[in-house]
Amino acid sequence: MGFSLQQKILARAAGQDSVTPGEIVTCKVDLAMLLDSGGPRRIWPRLKELGVGVWDPDKIVIMTDHFTPAVDAESAAILKLTREFVAEFKIRNFFDMQGIGHVVLAEQGFVQPGMFLCGGDSHSCNGGAYGCYMAGFGAIEMTGVVVTGEIWIQVPETIRVNWSGQFAHGVAAKDIMLLLCRELGIDNAFRVIEYGGDTIAAMPMNERVVLTNMAAELGAETGIIEPDDTTLAAIRTAGREPEPDALQWRSDPDTNYLAVHAFDADSLEPQVAAPHSPDNSGAVADFAGVNVDQAYIGACVGAKLTDLQMVAEVLQGRTVAAGTRLLVAPASQKVLRDATADGTLEILTEAGAYLLPTGCGACAALGAGILAEDEVCISSTNRNFKGRMGANSAEVYLGSPYTVAASAVAGRITDPRELLA
Amino acid sequence: MSALTGQAWVFGADVNTDVMAPGLYFKAPIAEMARHCMEAIDPGFAANVQPGDIVVAGKNFGVGSAREQAPMAFKHLGVGAIIAGSFGRIFYRNALNFGIPTLIFPEAAQISRGDRLQVDPIAGVVENLSAEQRYTIAALPEHLMAMVTSGGLMPYLKQRLAQDTN
Repeated sequence: MGFSLQQKILARAAGQDSVTPGEIVTCKVDLAMLLDSGGPRRIWPRLKELGVGVWDPDKIVIMTDHFTPAVDAESAAILKLTREFVAEFKIRNFFDMQGIGHVVLAEQGFVQPGMFLCGGDSHSCNGGAYGCYMAGFGAIEMTGVVVTGEIWIQVPETIRVNWSGQFAHGVAAKDIMLLLCRELGIDNAFRVIEYGGDTIAAMPMNERVVLTNMAAELGAETGIIEPDDTTLAAIRTAGREPEPDALQWRSDPDTNYLAVHAFDADSLEPQVAAPHSPDNSGAVADFAGVNVDQAYIGACVGAKLTDLQMVAEVLQGRTVAAGTRLLVAPASQKVLRDATADGTLEILTEAGAYLLPTGCGACAALGAGILAEDEVCISSTNRNFKGRMGANSAEVYLGSPYTVAASAVAGRITDPRELLA
Repeated sequence: MSALTGQAWVFGADVNTDVMAPGLYFKAPIAEMARHCMEAIDPGFAANVQPGDIVVAGKNFGVGSAREQAPMAFKHLGVGAIIAGSFGRIFYRNALNFGIPTLIFPEAAQISRGDRLQVDPIAGVVENLSAEQRYTIAALPEHLMAMVTSGGLMPYLKQRLAQDTN
């Protein structure tokens, strides 16, 4: 019986020939990502308590994104402490106010096939699109990682999800994930979701990461996609050379998956998740007509260059509805530069979009764009839990960038295919 | 680690960590954050939970964000143990790393709010003293037993670092 990609990576990281689902293994960490949220501010006091430093400063990458830019004394102090930590421990890979960590990590080419990475944020699974095992952990667990360079893992089962066929115009990877939250449920602990099929093979990396990013919403250990030429090209674009054996990191043909699911992209409709959970989803038609106060394009999952391009496609020659505000927080400074260079940003602002700083922002009620009591928002982000984006009575609907843009134009939840036809 | 006794606070399935530790209070010290723990679904919880009380929930308790303030809030409020049908993966690890006995309890639906419970994480027993019902459950996993009984990851790391220097 063969092994799945994630099992092969865990076996390599644990220094074993193979691993079995359920087995507890101790893995050596190739790279640890810390963010300002659960990074130095929480880890440094613990290092002081333990009287130790970090295991390897060159295997630690630090980004500021949750509290950027500082808006009050507390966030300013958190960012200052993060910078002091970087200086104290001589962390060379520090990306300050360059955008959301998950996005910047890929932009910089840190994620490569076969690696085992830990991140101090639940959406660290984003990196799995590059054929690595990357999972999110809490700050206390990351303290253990930066001290020892190791972490225990209970080897997960693997679920294979195959998509075949071609999207209709106006359908995107986000729609796949909102459907999968409903179909696979949000309680997939001890499972890795491996995505494949010709639909995924045809996707650019910016869309593939949506699938692995939202493995967090499925409750999975992580998501993973076998590397191919698209993966290698993205790593080269990031200015790095892939390892010679990169494409060998694949699941065996006779892998014993816990389950194999097959879906058809041809018939996939735009999906929307209603308050207050990503699995509370259905076709956009089920929610069409709900009035929205705010449309939000943001977060690691929903504000990359391709996401802004989807928005521009819908907004071209149109304006945001009166009584509705469209807020756009590009995922990174690079996204902002690229969207400026190719004219995307101009289309957005001409249509009336309000541009916000790069960073995690309103997605987690941390930055600009927080919702008031009873307000309704449609968002390209990944979570719509009660109180997630502000007031407990606010209602957040999740949709693709296309759907968010179409809803901003109409002032109510709208099927983007109506505007793209 | 001996058996823990306290009153049950019962929650449903899929309670997420945003509800346990709302983002609006992310920058605040844990004492302030803890006052808002579970506010969105049970506004009276933080004010009324007593040290030693036991949180009981359905499946997937703690799904979502990696924020460690979620289990920290429960610990700050004095919650003695958390027993649920299943757990969100990061919450589960965080809670154990803070030394909170966190156990899989498939029969959560049989517990009512206010029931007096006794939980033995080593023996793997939950006893509903109010209903005189006894449940055998999986004890703490062997590889985590030493860490949890020593009080969590920090005391455990201290022991390990002390051994390394010897």
